[in-house]
Amino acid sequence: MKQFSVTAMPGFAFIAILGFVLLYVPILTLVTYSFNGAATMTSWGGFSWRWYGAAWANVDVQSATIRSLVIASWATLISVVLATPVALATTRTAAFKGQSFIYLYTNQTLVVPEIVPAVALLIFFAALKTWTGYQGLAYLIAAHTMWCIPLAYLPIRARLEGMDLSLETAAADLYATRWQTLRHVTLPLLMPGILAGAMLCFITSLDTVVITEFVKSAGQETLATYMLGQFRRGITAEINAISTVLLMLTIVLLFAFFFLTRKRAA
Amino acid sequence: MAQAIAVEARHAIKEFGSGPAAVRALDDVSITIREGEFFTLLGPSGCGKTTLLRLIAGFEMPTSGQIMLSGQDITYLPPNKRPVNTVFQSYALFPHLTVAENIGFGLQMQGRPKSEVAATTERMLALVKMEAFAARKPTQLSGGQQQRVALARALAPAPKVLLLDEPLSALDLKLRKDMQIELKRLQTETGITFVFVTHDQEEALTMSDRIGVMSAGRLQQMGSPKEIYTTPVNRFVASFIGETNFMTATREADGLRLSGGQMIDGPRGSPGQKVTVTVRPEQVRLVAPTEPGAIPAKVTALVYFGTDTHCHMELTDGTEVVARLQSPASGDDGLAQGQSVGLRFVPGSVQVLED
Amino acid sequence: MTPNQITPASLNPAQRQARADARRNWLLSAPALLFLTAFATLPFLGVLVYSFLTPGQYGNVVWKFSTDGWVGLVLTHDVFDDTLVWADAHLTIIWRTVRLASLTTLITFVIGFPMAWFIATRPPRTRAFWLFLITIPFWTNLLIRTFAINEVIRNEGLINSVLMDLGLISSPIAMIYSDGAVLVGMGYAYLPLMVLPLFAAMDRFDMRLLEAGYDLYASRLTLLWRIVVPVIKPGIIAGCILVFIPALGAYVTPRVLGGGKNMMLGNLIDLQFGQGRNWPLGAAISITLAAVTLVAMLVILRVTTRPAER
Repeated sequence: MKQFSVTAMPGFAFIAILGFVLLYVPILTLVTYSFNGAATMTSWGGFSWRWYGAAWANVDVQSATIRSLVIASWATLISVVLATPVALATTRTAAFKGQSFIYLYTNQTLVVPEIVPAVALLIFFAALKTWTGYQGLAYLIAAHTMWCIPLAYLPIRARLEGMDLSLETAAADLYATRWQTLRHVTLPLLMPGILAGAMLCFITSLDTVVITEFVKSAGQETLATYMLGQFRRGITAEINAISTVLLMLTIVLLFAFFFLTRKRAA
Repeated sequence: MAQAIAVEARHAIKEFGSGPAAVRALDDVSITIREGEFFTLLGPSGCGKTTLLRLIAGFEMPTSGQIMLSGQDITYLPPNKRPVNTVFQSYALFPHLTVAENIGFGLQMQGRPKSEVAATTERMLALVKMEAFAARKPTQLSGGQQQRVALARALAPAPKVLLLDEPLSALDLKLRKDMQIELKRLQTETGITFVFVTHDQEEALTMSDRIGVMSAGRLQQMGSPKEIYTTPVNRFVASFIGETNFMTATREADGLRLSGGQMIDGPRGSPGQKVTVTVRPEQVRLVAPTEPGAIPAKVTALVYFGTDTHCHMELTDGTEVVARLQSPASGDDGLAQGQSVGLRFVPGSVQVLED
Repeated sequence: MTPNQITPASLNPAQRQARADARRNWLLSAPALLFLTAFATLPFLGVLVYSFLTPGQYGNVVWKFSTDGWVGLVLTHDVFDDTLVWADAHLTIIWRTVRLASLTTLITFVIGFPMAWFIATRPPRTRAFWLFLITIPFWTNLLIRTFAINEVIRNEGLINSVLMDLGLISSPIAMIYSDGAVLVGMGYAYLPLMVLPLFAAMDRFDMRLLEAGYDLYASRLTLLWRIVVPVIKPGIIAGCILVFIPALGAYVTPRVLGGGKNMMLGNLIDLQFGQGRNWPLGAAISITLAAVTLVAMLVILRVTTRPAER
């Protein structure tokens, strides 16, 4: 007889496995189609790298990729630099007036769908673009940063909250000034949180399609808006190839992140 | 005694929160700790002993009152400007630094030259016998080893006073006994004033030069372990340190009359006053019920402890008294539950309490 | 003490220290707060202003006060006699948005709860593997996930190819470009967002509580309902909010899987700023969307939180 399991629930394992299958069938389908050698997506034309080659040689894809990476890097950097001091200010401190205001204000964009700030920035930047005449990437960087700040803030804050307060007390006891404590104790211990926040920002910025679509000036396609645009024109084979590459990149990043944090924890 | 005073708290009051919700953790505590002594703050959890320690370390500021160090007012000096170091209950070793880096941290922060930091770290590693572990991270050490590193780290900058916040509570019994001896050795070797916080009365009695007993935010009694044990000033101190018997009595011209009617010898005072008297179980002797002056009692329970046996008895008025008797070699003490016996207190052992 | 010192003399040093700390905390937060004010709060207030202006002929606005944007949200001018009638198209879209977002939340919960439980009850060695399986789609671009489900349900996609190869059908079943396709797509895309917070809560759940429950004669489902669900409620709330908010504002999924006709509010807003050239109406719809989101959040929190816990 099967041993009594405390945690087993009727039907749960079945639904769960089914859920995992449902989650992966589409992804694997997309990956498979990306290797379809046929010119149209209606039939299977044998295994081929042709769409990867096409995407690689496409100057639009190249420039969109570089633009996405530039925006994501800046947005990540600025978000982390802005969010870390807020996290330091709102944890491990005696309650002060306005503490929960700062918390809520920092997270304000978390509670609205992406389309709302997208519209707001469209209006705001349209006015700014006419007024200043400047059309550059800074608008997109500012928009992505605004969207990323809470995503940098929350993991850093969580890491700080889980941190042993007595470590900083100990540093103060051992003659460290506030600045020395931050530099030698707090920041080194905070690194995994900052890393998590940065990764969250970077991937979110690469993903952000609605805000980008609304804010971008002419000719400022990112990889996400490029793919959406191509899809509308019915060109899906090349998109599948790009998607597969991005998927692999995500998996590699995830592995790298797990590896990095594990090594630090040891 | 011409010993200089190391630390002094003057009318220290500490409240947490404000308004009607304020909690008073320290209620007008004044205390003097002499230079070079091993001073213990003893009391149950929540009695304010750790708060007092944190005031001395500078992690908290008192609501009112003063903290003096070698005659200087340090009440509002931040912790990194005080020549006082702490051994934390959780050790608080920096997980990202090695053992050696942890020990050298304080000196490094003071901006001492590298050579001095290295030399002192060496010396401290030797002092706590951790030379072999210098390059390890704290997470790779056992509890006892972490404890030694925490001690070395706090001693390295040669503080005027070392504060220890229940440092042994996380260790198992055997290790705790070893560390008690080790701490005492370190204190004698370095000559640094130790302020030790614990709720363990045995630890306090065996290690300290003097003890301050605290309860409910107030200092109850201050004195040598012997004074505290033999002449407790109130019921709290008597019951918190060691086991004891309490009886009610009335003062008379030639002694104390127990509530059961028997006369016993004890400290004199104004006749007619109702008082509480206390006698330690090891000061209670069993005698034949017929012996003159014996207090009649009945055995209610016998609890065997190996080296000795606790004999629980009931006096005629229902008061419970426990006697600690040395177990005889034969193992048979000739006592049985329900047996009628007589009691006698060792002369001079009866204490009258204030409350 | 000099007369121009502003610190009241009545404050003791501990209180003065607390004030200095609070000031420092505000200074540390200031750059981020200012940035968000400039690029989130003020632009949103701008939307509010624009919703009361007159549409420009080629998009943008004319600075003339008008409530047409708000009126146009639910009412429209009749083509024939110019009287105001209900704007059925808009009402349909609002209703579709709320319905699809709610259904998405429900579906992801029904499938996501057993998945999260399954992961949380695996032995430590295999748990990391299952967790990783859910983490990959969680971190994968929403656009890619939408394209992936499209590959399955489109006319020449996986399902139709398989069914036709098996000879079960002779011509493809039209699944795409319908409300159902949008629902499937959103359910698929947002499932990981539900599973992870649920798992995080279940991971902290003390399984010995179940032993205690069985010991006291509870059945499995009773335990689930009376012990597990109440204890992990914060995770359930987090999961529902995490799915419901982006689902309400969904833009990519209905655009890719719904074609042009099965619009949701996000697409309607897009339309006003594009071909519609009616920025005030677009602004009014965005504010409505933000308000609906806020109300929905408050309702979720109120329904799931008993007053004593608040």
